[in-house]
Formats: sequence, C-alpha cells, structure tokens
Amino acid sequence: MQENVLLQMRNIDKSFPGVHALNNVDFTLRKGEIHALMGENGAGKSTLIKVLTGVYQMEKGEIKVEGNKISIHSPQDAQNKGISTVYQEITLCPNLTVAENMFIGRDKKSFINSKARIKRANEILNKLGIPARGSQILGNCSLAIQQMVAIARAVDMNCKVLILDEPTSSLDDKEVNMLFSLMRDLKSRGVGIIFVTHFLEQVYEVSDRITVLRNGELVGEYLTEELPQVELVSKMIGKELEELSSLGESDEKQSAEGEVFYEAHGLSSSEALPFDFSIKKGEVNGFTGLLGSGRSESVRAIFGADKVGGGTVKIKGKKVSITKPVDAMRHGIGYLAEDRKRDGIIAELSVRENIILALQVMNGMFKPISRSEAEAFADEYIKVLNIKTASRETPVGSLSGGNQQKVILARWLLTHPDYLILDEPTRGIDVGTKLEIQKLVLKLAEEGVSVTFISSEIEEMLRTCSRLIVMRDRHIVGELKGKDLNQTQVMKTIAGGEA
Amino acid sequence: MSKAKLKVREPLTDTQLLMTITICIFIVMYGLAMLIFGGGFLRTQQIFDILNDNASLIIVSCGLTIVMIGGGIDISVGAVTSLVVMSCVMFYNRTGNMVLAALLAIGIGLAFGLIQGALISFLDIQPFIVTLAGMFFARGMTTILSVNPQKLPTETMDKLAGIKIEIPWLGYVANNGNVIPARMEIGVVVALLVVIAVFVLLQFGSLGRNFYAIGGNQTSALMLGINVKKTRFMSYVICGLLSGISGFVFMMHTGAGNATNAAGMEMNAIASSIIGGTLLTGGVGNVIGTFFGTLTLKTISKIVVTSGLNDPWWQSITTGGMLCFFILLQSIVLGRRAKKKK
Repeated sequence: MQENVLLQMRNIDKSFPGVHALNNVDFTLRKGEIHALMGENGAGKSTLIKVLTGVYQMEKGEIKVEGNKISIHSPQDAQNKGISTVYQEITLCPNLTVAENMFIGRDKKSFINSKARIKRANEILNKLGIPARGSQILGNCSLAIQQMVAIARAVDMNCKVLILDEPTSSLDDKEVNMLFSLMRDLKSRGVGIIFVTHFLEQVYEVSDRITVLRNGELVGEYLTEELPQVELVSKMIGKELEELSSLGESDEKQSAEGEVFYEAHGLSSSEALPFDFSIKKGEVNGFTGLLGSGRSESVRAIFGADKVGGGTVKIKGKKVSITKPVDAMRHGIGYLAEDRKRDGIIAELSVRENIILALQVMNGMFKPISRSEAEAFADEYIKVLNIKTASRETPVGSLSGGNQQKVILARWLLTHPDYLILDEPTRGIDVGTKLEIQKLVLKLAEEGVSVTFISSEIEEMLRTCSRLIVMRDRHIVGELKGKDLNQTQVMKTIAGGEA
Repeated sequence: MSKAKLKVREPLTDTQLLMTITICIFIVMYGLAMLIFGGGFLRTQQIFDILNDNASLIIVSCGLTIVMIGGGIDISVGAVTSLVVMSCVMFYNRTGNMVLAALLAIGIGLAFGLIQGALISFLDIQPFIVTLAGMFFARGMTTILSVNPQKLPTETMDKLAGIKIEIPWLGYVANNGNVIPARMEIGVVVALLVVIAVFVLLQFGSLGRNFYAIGGNQTSALMLGINVKKTRFMSYVICGLLSGISGFVFMMHTGAGNATNAAGMEMNAIASSIIGGTLLTGGVGNVIGTFFGTLTLKTISKIVVTSGLNDPWWQSITTGGMLCFFILLQSIVLGRRAKKKK
C-alpha cells in the first residue's frame, strides 16, 4: 500500500489577506488512481491545485513525489517534475497544429522537423485512441479533442500526476465518455489523476477515491464505493442530511392562479423558431431539453437578445414591442445569461460597479446613481445573497464562479424585475450555492416575481418549477405540470416516447 | 492505417487562405493592367521597377509582419529607416568606408530594436506607445543630424548605380534593335534574401513558431513553456535589425539622406502586411503574403499613375480603398469559416 503512494502533500498551509485558504491540509495520491477532489467554492480546491502546480507557494508543509521531497517554483517546474495540469479553459494555441501544440516549448532545437513531429504526434494520438491528426489546426478540433491533446502533451512529457481541473464542464455526454475512457486508459498505465469537478455523477462514474475539503480544511478521504452520494454532498456543504432533503419536499409548488404576466404568440428570432409562451405572476416555469434543443435561444428571444423575427408579445395584456434587451428591461424583464464570462460579468469592474450596472442602464445616462447609494445597494445585496468577497470594491474577476453568479443575480434583483429569466444559473457552481439560488428563486416567486429557469440538471428543475416546457430539435414538444412533473416523464418527453 | 491518416489533406489554414487570396488578386490585377494599359505593363521591367523602388519597403514589411504575428506593432520602422539613411550618408562622406557604413546601419537598427523590445517585453509597456516615442525620437535625430539634404559623392552614386543585375532574356528589344536587359538593383536581391530568410524562420524555426504561439494565445504560450517575454523581445529586435538593413538599401537606391525620407513608410508596411494576410490581432500571417501585399499596393499606385491621376492624393485614396477592401474581404472570409466550423 505504502509503496504505491505517488504524491503526498502534508500539512499544507496557505493564507491570503483575510482568508486562511488552506489550513493544515493533507492529500495523498496513489499510482493508477483517479482521485476526485471535492468541495464547495472557497473550500480550497483551487488553492491546493495551485500550490501543487507552483502557481502559489505554500507557507508550511511538504510535498513528496515517490517519496522524494520536492519544492515547486512555477508551472513549468511542476511539469518538469512530472506534475501536469489540464485546465477548464484550454491552454493551447488554437492557431497552431495539434502536433505543434504537443511539442512547442519543449525541445531546445533552433529548427523544427515538422514532418517528424506530426508523425510522432500521430503515434501518440493513436496509442491513446484520440481521434485527431497531428497536422490538423487545433482551433478546428472540438473542445473535447483539444482537451485530449493537452492530456496527450502531458502524457508525452512523462507526467506521473495529471490534474484535470473541471475538464467536463463544456463537453457533451459523448465527449465526456471519450474523456473518461482516456482517463481509465491512463490509469491503467499507472498515472495518478486528480479529478476536480462539480458533477457528482461523474465522480461516481470514474473515481476510485474522494477527498473532501471544506473551508480550507480537510474533511476526509473516502473510497468512492463506500460513500453514498447524499453523504458526500452533506460532507461538502457541512449541513445535515435532513436539511438537504427538506428543500426537495417543502416546496408544494402551487401553480400560481394569478394573472398572466407575459404572453407571446409565434415569437421568433434569428436563432429561434416561432413558439407560443406565457407565464403568470409569481409562477416558476422552465425550459428543458438537451443541449442545442433551442431552450436558450427561446428565452433569448423573449429578452430581445437576438434579432427578433416576428410574433406578438403582450405584457399584462397590453401589446408591446421588445426588439432589444433594453426594451425588455424597461418592461421589468431581467435575464441572467448562460455564459457569465461572455455575456454577464465585467471582470475588471468591482462588485459594486457590476451590481449597479443594470439599474444604471434603466435609469438612463442622465440620472446617475450616487456613490453612497451604490455602496448601500452593493452592501445590502452582498449580505442578502451571501456573496463571499473581500470587499465591495474587489474586481469581480477575482471571485469564484458561484459568487460571480450571485453578483449578476444581485444586479438583476436590484432592478426589481417582475419577470426574471435565469439561464443555467447554477452551472459550474458548488452544491451549497446551488441550493441557495434555488431557495432564492422560490422566495422570489412567493413575492410575486415570475421566473423562467433553465438548467441542465432535470432534478433541479423539478425541484423549483411548477411547469416545464420541453423542447426537442428547436420545437416545443410538450408541457408538463402537476403529477406529470417527474424525472421519467421528462425523459420520455425529451426522448420523444408517447406520454 | 497511420499511413492512410497521414495522407489526409488538411484544409488551408487561415494564414494560407489569406495569402492565396492576395496572390490571386495580385495576378488578376496585374493581368488586367496588362490588358488595359499595355505599354509598360507588358514589359518585365515594370515589375523590376516596382521592386527596385520598394526594396526597402519590402524589408521593413517583413519585420513588421514578424511583430504583428507576435501580436505587437512597431510604428517606428519608417523613422528608423530615415535615420539610418541620413547617418550612413554623413558617415560615408566623412570616412569613405561603405562597409563600416553598413555596420552602422545594422547597429542603429539593432539599437532601436533592443531598446524598444526591452521596454515592451520586460517592462510591459504598450508597444504602440513605445514605438510612437521611438518614431518621434528617430525623426528628431534625423533632423538634428542635418536639416539639409545630404548627398553621396557623384562618383560613389555612379558606382552604386553600376551594381545592377542585368537579365537579358527578360529584357526587350528597343526600336533601334538593341536588346535592353531587365535591370534589378542589388537592394532587391537583399530584399528577396530577407523574405526567404524570414520565411524559413517563421515556418521552420523554433523562434518563428513561438511568434505564432504568443500571438495566438499569450497565456497558453506561457503555459506551454514558451519564454513569452524573450520571444516578444526577439520579434522587436529582428524588426529593428530589418529597419537598419532597409535604411541601407534605401540609401543605395536614392544616394541621399533627407529628413523627410521614408515618410509614412511604417503605414505602408502595416498596409502591406495586412493586405498580405497578417492579422493585427496576431497569430496569423506569412511573409510571402506580405511580399505580395507590397507588390499589390505598389502596383495599384502604378496603375493610378498610368491612368493619368498624377496627383499624390490619388495614391493615398487608392491605398486607403485597397486596405478597406482587403480588411473587409478578410473579415468576410474568416467570418464564414468560423460559422462553418460551428
């Protein structure tokens, strides 16, 4: 057992101003093992990984690889010592070939024999069963392939420890399976893999062992088969099981009987086919369907985010025209975009500035929000939504994913919308924050706000929505409510079996 | 199986696609000029004239292409060229040593490259600002050296003019029956050598590929173990060196130093690179494309002059038009590609 240990991190300590990010944490990785590193946002996962890859220097503790104590000064240094990382955002050059991406920066020769490189690359890709050619331009490959090329590079650099940081968050099911079989293959070659992810099912599918961190401290190391999923969740968020399951039951989601707030007939846009849709005051409904089924496109059409094609829209029974986002905002509609990095946050601006952004747009240029008012708003929502930030002036880019999401949510809540559209608000964020956001949605609905909710996790949708609109191939194929709201029924409708 | 895989033809890269477009447009344009204007355009000397007049522009454009592929910009190249011309002429007039003058040219170019490259790469200052300062500095220095034009002695000029490569079989038969050979100045040979050398560097050199890497994605390049700062530094050093060579070639062509020499050359060089398919955003480009970019730009000017629009602003207007046309074409072509990929 002991000689199997590949990597040992002991008593790791690391602090940042105001935060004790890692407190005496141990981590052990064995040869030929897939080890999931789990924890909420702010639990210290990223910090631990960054210490291991030389991005941060630890203050106390020691790292041993195969029994030898090492110190790591930079990511390059880590790579040379056999510790490679594949990040969520691909860190390869899209304008170069696959082969170049695998070998660039590694040998010190002045001139390159690109034919030999491509040949060697093809050999490695073949060996690992990665469906790519060395001569392809990387940017032309799918994200999954790009990730695998990054892995192939690491493997060819004789990495012993491979760190996969949220590798699956932008992959579809088929690609995830491809990645998993590659991971299992590497495992059988004796590589130790540290797998960081938010997807619980994936942890149970591939990992052998789980280490859980919470608030910078080690909760424990478990064999995956011995740790039920519910227990894992409770260890991660440190709440009792009952509290977790109570949320599932407490919401006797009554279908709101109130007036119809928003109504669309034959609404279409450059991206969405014509559809009918309505939502009542205080109702929570959702669009579901597979990726690419048109659910995001439909809600974007409601918000006027794409070029509107046609159709009529009524708000509180009155016909209105919504052709651009600011129209929608003036009518009390808020929209939380799917891709928060691209459509949502402005990373360089502070938490305060990001929060007041939408309100400022609605007020118009000539009614500026005073500094003190803005500060008050920011403080209020940081408290209400439990946003973990050093201060309201911290740039949003330095917050964790879940907290960034809360900032955007605060931005829209500040405008007191009547109707809020949340497109994948819980993607890539931890379980605890997910629950908080779900609770918030239900609370908003109680206060009379209509909410349309989109999530890839059907379970989450079932927990919050009283009505589900199911889409397939860009068409609405069904509407589920009441006792039809269960996993089987949703799956059946998505798949197209008779109801 | 792996053999079959190797035989798969890859689609053209963005770089290759943009370059091919430029070359095609150049050929079509030149062909049309031959049909419509005949005369000079039917003689090979026309191409050689364009090359003779623009050898230094080609050299400078090569340097700029390197910098732009790395995601930077250098607008000091024209001013440095001008400073080199003035310095070399005055130096030669004092010492009479052409070899030392050539070394001086290279030295000045390298000095600008080293200093600007260091400021940009190691102190992380915006390249536009640094090279703007470099531009003003070089122009100022040129004027300090001499406000009045400085000329090489007539006999040296004659000697320089004598170093020409004559190619009889590309010449034409004059009215009196004599064969007038096509003439190519030595500067053109230098320019072509530079194009080939830079091509080889960019295509097969580790350093060259690293330029593409830092221009494509700087963070990734860093993660891939490339010394980003050193690579960026080298792009400016090479660009500076080529500005020095360009100045010397310029001097051999005109034989005189003048404070207004090479005015606007940096903008012509940027235009040449862009027309040749180099993207300002970095990571895409090719020096062969740049070569044809310069030819395209200057052939258009020739055509404008031939059609009787002699006023200088017509050339500016057509240059502007060309640039717009190519940028539009590139964004349409690349945009459609990106859509297809989806």
